[in-house]
Amino acid sequence: MRWFRDAGHLGRVALLLLLGVGLFVVARHFAVPRGFGQYGHYRGPVLKEIRAHPVSYAGREVCEGCHSDVAEKLAGGRHKTVGCESCHGAQAAHANSDDPGAHKPPLPNALALCARCHQQNHSKPKNFPQVDAMEHSGGEKCTSCHNPHQPKPGA
Amino acid sequence: MSLTRRELIEKATKFILLTPAAAAALEALDSGSIDTMPDKYKQAEHWWAMTIDVEKCIGCGACVQACAKENQVPDGHYRTWVERYVIDGYGDEQPEVDSPDGGMHGFPDKNRPGAKTFFVPKLCNHCATSPCVQVCPVGATFESPDGVVLVDESYCLGCRYCVQACPYGCRYIHPEKQTVDKCTLCYHRITKGLTTACCEVCPTQARVLADLKNPNDPVHEFLRNNAVQVLKPHMATHSKVYYRNLDGAVR
Repeated sequence: MRWFRDAGHLGRVALLLLLGVGLFVVARHFAVPRGFGQYGHYRGPVLKEIRAHPVSYAGREVCEGCHSDVAEKLAGGRHKTVGCESCHGAQAAHANSDDPGAHKPPLPNALALCARCHQQNHSKPKNFPQVDAMEHSGGEKCTSCHNPHQPKPGA
Repeated sequence: MSLTRRELIEKATKFILLTPAAAAALEALDSGSIDTMPDKYKQAEHWWAMTIDVEKCIGCGACVQACAKENQVPDGHYRTWVERYVIDGYGDEQPEVDSPDGGMHGFPDKNRPGAKTFFVPKLCNHCATSPCVQVCPVGATFESPDGVVLVDESYCLGCRYCVQACPYGCRYIHPEKQTVDKCTLCYHRITKGLTTACCEVCPTQARVLADLKNPNDPVHEFLRNNAVQVLKPHMATHSKVYYRNLDGAVR
């Protein structure tokens, strides 16, 4: 006995609809990447992937862990704001090595390095110490008079 | 096909009940592989920003070099760069702006009597309501829960909408990957307790990483005691790179 005339074909439509919904759920599962929407409209696990990028600059604190003598000297002078790796380059390979001596940082080229900050340039802040290298020392190496870790001569 | 009403109701009920169940089952199968970062770093406790003191920048380009080294930035592209402004006057004159190699190797002196000249370091402003994020059609770029605008390079189509949308010109297409690339605020470093590569090497501390959610961060004092400005505030991007002593001519 039938409740009403169209029960048969309405049922088939309903079944098709449900099948469609089911297919959608399954297809969506495979189409949407894992973790999408975990934090927002993006793949959540990507944060972890970005964080996995290797570090090249070890950071001042790591340097100071071993080179406390230099750090102390530096802290007392005009160069106290200058990070170790500002002049010595990226040293994570040196710092994280079992044998740091094997990854010894090369000695920086003092004349070029000092000039990078201290060569006179009209766009630099007026109170920043800057010189015309040739006029100042006649091409003599900066390190003849200045110790980069405590740059005031005679300090 | 002949179905009795009873059979139909039975089948339909089973289907309705089982579809979400199947979905839940599939979800559960995967949930094990979603990493929830079980480490010391708590995203909810940070809101990253940067402060830049224009008066301290000497245009040495150490930041540009360090960024390129730390992040393997391809030649000719810059995640951070330094601009030199030379301003002859504030009438109809446009300021003269240059940035040779992004300022990576410093700047040859430009002495123009009577002109005002200074350096302005630039990088992604890590906007809290970022235009680049709004235009991404696939959700490949986003503001992280700790306030850093990042790119999912495995999901990026390389469509360049975001490159156009960024009002600060901070994005480029990586020539090999053909996906968009930009400053990550050294996300791999700051989540380990390090500062960014550019801040690490900045000899005058002109740029300093800041965590606005950390009550002990000196940034609060910096913001309180100085006249600070963000770039293009009229764009309402809610930029989080705060400039001190920024000239009105800077765009």
